[in-house]
Amino acid sequence: MNKVRPHPSQNERLLFEQSSSGKRAYQLPELDVPAVDAAEALGAANVRAEIEGFPEVSEVEALRHFTRLSTWNYAIDHGMYPLGSCTMKYNPRINELVARTEALAWAHPYQPEALSQGAMKVMAHLEAALAEITGMDAVTLQPAAGAHGELTGILLIRAFLEERGNPRKKILIPDSAHGTNPATAAIAGYAVENIPSSAMGVLDVGALVRIVDQDVAALMVTNPNTLGVFEENITQAAEILHRKGAMLYMDGANMNALMGIARPGDFGVDVMHLNLHKTFSTPHGGGGPGAGPVAVKKALEPFLPVPRLKRTGKKWAWDYNRKRSIGRVKAYYGNFGVLVRALAYILAHGGSGLRNATMDAVLNAVYIRKALEAYYDLPYTQPNMHEVVFSDERQAKLGVRTGDIGKRLIDYGFHPYTVSFPLIVHGALMIEPTETESKDEIDQFIEAMISIAKEVETDPQLVKTAPHATRIGRVDEVAAARKPVLRWKPA
Amino acid sequence: MRYLPKSDSDRLEMLNACGVSSPEELFAHLPEAVRLGRQFDLAPGISEYEIVQYFRDRAAENGNGYASFLGAGAYHHYRPVLVDEVVSRGEFLTSYTPYQAELSQGTLTSIFEFQTMICQLTGMDVANASMYDGATAMAEAAMMAARATDRGRVLVARTVHPEYRQVLLTYARNQAMPVEELGYDAKTGMLDLDDLESKIDDLTAAVIVQTPNFFGIADRVKEAARIAHARGALLVVVFTEAVSLGILEPPADADIVAGELQSFAISPSYGGPYAGIIAIRDKYIRQMPGRLVGQTVDSRGNRAFCLTLATREQHIRREKATSNICSNEALIALMATVFMTVYGKQGLRELAVQNLAKAQYLAGRVKPRFSGPFFNEFVVKVEDQPVDELNRSLLKNKIIGGLSLDRFYPELAGSVLLCATEMSTRADMDEVANAIVSAAAAKEVTA
Repeated sequence: MNKVRPHPSQNERLLFEQSSSGKRAYQLPELDVPAVDAAEALGAANVRAEIEGFPEVSEVEALRHFTRLSTWNYAIDHGMYPLGSCTMKYNPRINELVARTEALAWAHPYQPEALSQGAMKVMAHLEAALAEITGMDAVTLQPAAGAHGELTGILLIRAFLEERGNPRKKILIPDSAHGTNPATAAIAGYAVENIPSSAMGVLDVGALVRIVDQDVAALMVTNPNTLGVFEENITQAAEILHRKGAMLYMDGANMNALMGIARPGDFGVDVMHLNLHKTFSTPHGGGGPGAGPVAVKKALEPFLPVPRLKRTGKKWAWDYNRKRSIGRVKAYYGNFGVLVRALAYILAHGGSGLRNATMDAVLNAVYIRKALEAYYDLPYTQPNMHEVVFSDERQAKLGVRTGDIGKRLIDYGFHPYTVSFPLIVHGALMIEPTETESKDEIDQFIEAMISIAKEVETDPQLVKTAPHATRIGRVDEVAAARKPVLRWKPA
Repeated sequence: MRYLPKSDSDRLEMLNACGVSSPEELFAHLPEAVRLGRQFDLAPGISEYEIVQYFRDRAAENGNGYASFLGAGAYHHYRPVLVDEVVSRGEFLTSYTPYQAELSQGTLTSIFEFQTMICQLTGMDVANASMYDGATAMAEAAMMAARATDRGRVLVARTVHPEYRQVLLTYARNQAMPVEELGYDAKTGMLDLDDLESKIDDLTAAVIVQTPNFFGIADRVKEAARIAHARGALLVVVFTEAVSLGILEPPADADIVAGELQSFAISPSYGGPYAGIIAIRDKYIRQMPGRLVGQTVDSRGNRAFCLTLATREQHIRREKATSNICSNEALIALMATVFMTVYGKQGLRELAVQNLAKAQYLAGRVKPRFSGPFFNEFVVKVEDQPVDELNRSLLKNKIIGGLSLDRFYPELAGSVLLCATEMSTRADMDEVANAIVSAAAAKEVTA
């Protein structure tokens, strides 16, 4: 059975184009207090004119508008989302339900601690679970996303080194790293030194020995790295850094390959972040919200953001009195609603369940590699874990690039894989299936990829002009950037 | 495990195809030293029913059924039912960042509408697709101003949310951005313009003010803009109470607006997730952090949308990016978009005026400490009883009182920040007013 066939999708104008004066989708209750004159209460100069162009639609039009737009999206609920590095796994709906539990969802961040014990207990429970999963000593849940966690982590390292007298000057980053790593280092006030990967696509220990000196604050490493390959010399790398007083930071984007198998805390990592919206299944929501908890070894605990959860007797309290803290990275305590979902995921799996999930995630990726390596070039051939990275080398000879193959996948009913990343692979096809894909779904994906590889040989133009089956054709991104139109304006 | 969609025979078949006989063999290449030689010390997995029960138990340990007069950056507004309905659709909830435009027109179109509405609300030219929250948006706005002016010094009003200022300090510390605070007028509760005049200099990159400010007062944006611009600094205007924009003059004199949209139907959720925004004048577009959606055409000539100007962002520019932000708060921004759509042009104004009327009613029964015009929050000096005692007595009547200001403003110890929204009933407001006034009256009688 083919995975897809077309069906009509509704056209829909922008809200502003269908607004008509006087239409409304709301009704407020009658005021139970005297009405006021805004100009009198605020001063006439403080009162605005009407909001020009703001929508005016009815309730049914509002609902249809967003429903119609929703049908123009692909989603994990539709099928496999093989984006490497992104860990797009099934988002269990029980997590959505419990996050809406009234006394949690409508808890105000400044309500008395005595009325917040349940929320604080959820956070304490999650902190403890993440510490066990990572093998680290302490966890902060404050950072709002992975990159925010990276910044927090590097600031922790900076504060620790500063206290020892010298924050040092640079952060080492492998050339295979996510873009957030160097961007983070820059915001934390460090220079970035890129270190080339070895011919095997992993950390070059020899190079590390030469480069690490008194100016190096830390190495930021992703493990398994963005090729999906475990950094087998990671403990050695940690020793090299530690010997020179530098630290090992781990980007935890790929924790889905390690849970229950190996713990960063046990292989020399000093600080790391987790992406709860990857490994712990909180929904990506078209770009966020996420959460980026940071886990640290004991020596870094005093520097964690304020406030910290503290237990006094049977009660939880917020501890603001932490003189060595890096300060605050976000208002309040973290993306609590995301934390609730992540804890629900951990509770559902339990310890052995998380390990089983990891094993299935790796099995799926290895299975895809075996099935596709006859059709696509595999530039690095060591064993892969949760993802596999091919290159478009064979197809490029016929003028078809990784981006084209990705777009053609859309016609087969799949979201493209991650295109052109990591940068150390020319024309990369980065595929991460996650554990929540069935064998059927994966077999269909493999079939689609093989079919496209054949199309490249028989009809490259078909692939180069894809997608064909979508409601819109290939989008002109160059035109969008050349003359940016970033908001609607009346004609 | 119910989230793992494989039968044992599926697994066996796949293992065979991989040329291994057990899943453990897939990990054979890991060095022995790094392996966890034991099971996790975590409880066994539990059923859906037990998960629901776990969180019900936690919820029961939280406060239940209280009326609240807390604002201070997180507001209790009614959430129209369409908001949850729309964001519960799997096509929005479970989609990825819309890099692949052909499969993401739903998200992209809604973000384009969001950017447009934020511009309409704030009077700015361009808005991004969201930031983590108001606090980080403000810190990013300050860094943006530093890049745009090639200066470093930041002046921030003490009437800006105290936690936002703390986040700014964390970000600024390593950016060669000295931060100094600007006082407020003890009578009006508004920015002290003389203090601004005396502190601003030619090294100042940004002046940051909040309106309504932390005390709920519509602050002096125009005057601050005049002073900032005269010295070549940018004015960053912050807001935490987005509903106020339904009635208050938009901060059109600002160069950058950094705000928090929690007020737009986002549940307080013990502090997050919320959604921050940055909106700016056109000329600073190359310095904008975060994602932007732009309009374009497809190969068949249809209007289409896509992420654009990505050369500012970390995945392209790496250490030279305008920010390290990657994930944002797209789904929360969508909630705000639906909220703005449901209320629309008339509704947002009516809603804002209702908030104003409620706050005016409550303020009429107690005496606001400051004379500046306020929206839905104001400060009251509690006479003759500690704020904690007042709040304890209110709790007995299932009311959470206002925020005691001593933690953030030692000079305002004994004062409380009260917030009234359309959700505040007259009866509850009377209770609060009585509790504040009667203690003072009782004192008067005994005297």
